[in-house]
Amino acid sequence: MTGQMKNWEVVIGLETHAQLSTSSKIFSGASTAFGAAPNSHASAVDLALPGVLPVANRAAVDKAIRFGLAVNGNVADNINRRSVFARKNYFYPDLPKGYQISQLDLPIVKGGSITIITSSGEKTVRLTRAHLEEDAGKSLHEDFHGMSGIDLNRAGTPLLEIVSEPDMCSSEEAVAYAKALHGLVRWIDICDGNMQEGSFRCDANVSVRRPGDPLGTRREIKNLNSFRFLQQAIDYEVRWQIETLEDGGRIQQATVLFDPDTGETRSMRSKEDAHDYRYFPDPDLLPLCVGEDWIGAASKQLAEVGTPGMRKELYVAQFGLTDYDAALLTQSRETAAYFDVVVGAVGAASVKLCANWVTGELAGALNRAGLDIAQSPLPAARLAALVTRVVDGTLSSKLAKEVFEAAWNGEGEPDAIIEKRGLKQISDGGEIEKLVDDVLAGNAKQVEDYRAGKDKAFNSLVGQVMKASRGKANPAQVNEILKKKLGG
Amino acid sequence: MFNSSLKELTAALAARKISSVELTGLFLDRVEKRNGDLNAFITVDRERSLMQARAADSLIASGKAQPLTGIPVAHKDIFCAQGWLTTCGSKMLSNFVSPYDAHVISRFNDAGAVILGKTNMDEFAMGSSNETSFYGPVKNPWDRTRVPGGSSGGSAAAVAARMAPVATATDTGGSIRQPAALTGLTGLKPTYGLVSRYGMIAFASSLDQGGVLSRSAEDAAAVLNVMAGFDARDSTSIERPAEDYARDLDAPLAGLRIGVVKEHFGDGLAAGVGAAVQAALEQFRKLGATLIDISTPNSGLAVPAYYVIAPAEASSNLSRFDGVRYGYRAPEYRDLADLYSKTRAQGFGAEVKRRILIGAYVLSHGYYDAYYLKAQKIRRLIANDFAQAFTQCDVVVGPTSPTVAFPLGAKASDPVQMYLNDIYTIPANLAGLPGMSVPCGFADDGNGGSLPVGLHMVGNYFAEAKMLNVAHQYQRATDWHLRKPEGI
Repeated sequence: MTGQMKNWEVVIGLETHAQLSTSSKIFSGASTAFGAAPNSHASAVDLALPGVLPVANRAAVDKAIRFGLAVNGNVADNINRRSVFARKNYFYPDLPKGYQISQLDLPIVKGGSITIITSSGEKTVRLTRAHLEEDAGKSLHEDFHGMSGIDLNRAGTPLLEIVSEPDMCSSEEAVAYAKALHGLVRWIDICDGNMQEGSFRCDANVSVRRPGDPLGTRREIKNLNSFRFLQQAIDYEVRWQIETLEDGGRIQQATVLFDPDTGETRSMRSKEDAHDYRYFPDPDLLPLCVGEDWIGAASKQLAEVGTPGMRKELYVAQFGLTDYDAALLTQSRETAAYFDVVVGAVGAASVKLCANWVTGELAGALNRAGLDIAQSPLPAARLAALVTRVVDGTLSSKLAKEVFEAAWNGEGEPDAIIEKRGLKQISDGGEIEKLVDDVLAGNAKQVEDYRAGKDKAFNSLVGQVMKASRGKANPAQVNEILKKKLGG
Repeated sequence: MFNSSLKELTAALAARKISSVELTGLFLDRVEKRNGDLNAFITVDRERSLMQARAADSLIASGKAQPLTGIPVAHKDIFCAQGWLTTCGSKMLSNFVSPYDAHVISRFNDAGAVILGKTNMDEFAMGSSNETSFYGPVKNPWDRTRVPGGSSGGSAAAVAARMAPVATATDTGGSIRQPAALTGLTGLKPTYGLVSRYGMIAFASSLDQGGVLSRSAEDAAAVLNVMAGFDARDSTSIERPAEDYARDLDAPLAGLRIGVVKEHFGDGLAAGVGAAVQAALEQFRKLGATLIDISTPNSGLAVPAYYVIAPAEASSNLSRFDGVRYGYRAPEYRDLADLYSKTRAQGFGAEVKRRILIGAYVLSHGYYDAYYLKAQKIRRLIANDFAQAFTQCDVVVGPTSPTVAFPLGAKASDPVQMYLNDIYTIPANLAGLPGMSVPCGFADDGNGGSLPVGLHMVGNYFAEAKMLNVAHQYQRATDWHLRKPEGI
């Protein structure tokens, strides 16, 4: 970031709400489907009618356990065998009971970690905890003639709130963490990760300090529902905090909102008017006790679906890929699946080349287009066909990029593109020899220079041959033939 | 007919000596005649009741009658019953017609019983005199200048005045047993978790338990057979095999070990009440029981602990009454905060507000450990006292209430005096144990008359059948339970 940041350390912790992909709500039997007519997925329990009671959804607990195991190497020592649902009391119209059922002192998951990759390499971010809770409904403030509408379809949707330690020190790391977490929850199939629909959203706790100082006062940026907003919000907040401190001001603990239109954060409430939530154990729900058999079954399930970390280790061990490449290829289950198709078709002997294409050309194009790998216009089989042509010498890497471009733009199968555009690499010895002879005949000076010991002249001659072939000559063969002729 | 037991009524229905329509009509006429005076019922709906009675008659005609088919049952207005106004004694729910049935109501409906009406109660079950009801105080059929006890005062007065053969009730700190004592009835609060709380409007979730007010232990057993049973919609409902609570009624009491708590015969116990209880103990000795002195050293802490835990839970349970979705809403308000505060200021009575304030206070930041957590520890100590006692005896016996029914208004302005009414009954709620009150004589009312006295019995967890056996054998040897108020 800017030079202004010199002599400041940034400290960031994230709280992420991942909506657990269960078919029914966490404490009622109502559906969790998105986009239904308002209040059509709200049962008596969700409406908080007098006398109704919550019953915990086993599937939500199961997914929480799977997450806990996934962030702890499938070792269950971070799963609380006894966790407690507590009531967080406050009044709001979209909170029908007047309290949210959450977990406070005893969350289902404590500890674990997430590995992130940034431009400076790998880093481990520790997790404080992950707890189960219910989502609130939605207040609608438009179209009601001065009144507000309440839609309780979302009320009671199961959430896993994942809290990190303040281990990140830049927006880049925060985004990398959020992406890694996003990849993980989707990989292990506990959350659909749909950020537009609010299935995955982050709160960022940000503070700054002078190196060596104790932690600064933090402000919490609420409800960031895209990686871009996460980055923009943190960058703005960091600049604002540093400016405020450098101007002799003080940071007040506060909850702030990020406005994507202005790119600024603004205070929603300060610590002084913070709620006293009067947490206490929910007497309607007994402590949640998970037995070893349950954990064992969850662990077995996790071993089956795997995790990005497990796949990464496999790539390193099986293919000899670097940690960095393997991490990039396991950012999402879809990326790994894509890569697996490419390697499967091209062959494990060319695994490094396959990895380079997926993490390089393809990732770059997806990034520029703002697309997910699952939405790639270039299916894995097509990229594999292209890489195969590089491996068998049909395409030079330069021409391969041209074919990639065309295939990306929907021009069809790589072989057809090569054919149509006449991009096939010239690997015919006789043809190349003829080209070399022509170049040598027309460049007596360089030939002389080379023979006088000027190695640079050789490169120039290669360049001439390549140019004459319009880039299609196989560079290795050109080298070989040239050397032979000049040496002879 | 009005003094018949459930067994006799069932036999009369089975023999077609009377139809359910006729029986229900007779009781409805009686309610019509007496309710103006006693104010025991909040809602009566003749047509709705007779419709159920007709259905019951056809069940009987087709030979599909079960125990209680065709029997009219009065329900405390805390149980949600579909299509019935369900007020919980509060202005807040004075317009709430329940769209669903409580589990208890479903069980009676499934058995073919008839809903006779909804009985008056202290507002949200908070009170020991039935004077906090929005619908006005209930009068004691034994002396109309006196209270019937509370919070199930309406159910008690209805059964005592023979306006209903039997009634449901709920007990959080004594709300079944104390009114039973004050109106000469048999009252049973089962083990916590035996009767589902689903659809029973919550006062203090960890203490509330549904039960029965009847004229005999035999009737109570028949009703409990219908009410008790596992319900997956209540997470605190206990899954265990169904049992017949009447199975041991006729067992002799020889060898029964009765624990007598010495702490329950100290200061505050009216002399006449103490004498009646002592006479009952003598009767038990004659029946072959052994009396054992026991001590529950922590029982003095029960009332203070209860008045921390119950209000804490209530403050949260009653948050849903906010005027947003159902129930009373203030006619005028400026904004959201004003809507909440005016609705709740106008919709709740003084005692409910007092408990919400106490509850919010004891849960608030900085006080939680000193009050709520400490009260929970006391709760454990009290449960341990009982556990210790039950190593020495089968049931624990003492007075139900320190005095006979007191005059209307006598304690209404002194909450602490009012709270001390439940000094003997509260420990069973804190420990989750079953408790019963059985008529055991009469005592001087301080004004030249005499009023019923209740004998209190606490059993071990799930010892209902044993307790009903003890009570039934006592009732075979005595006739206190057959006495009825003058003019009834």
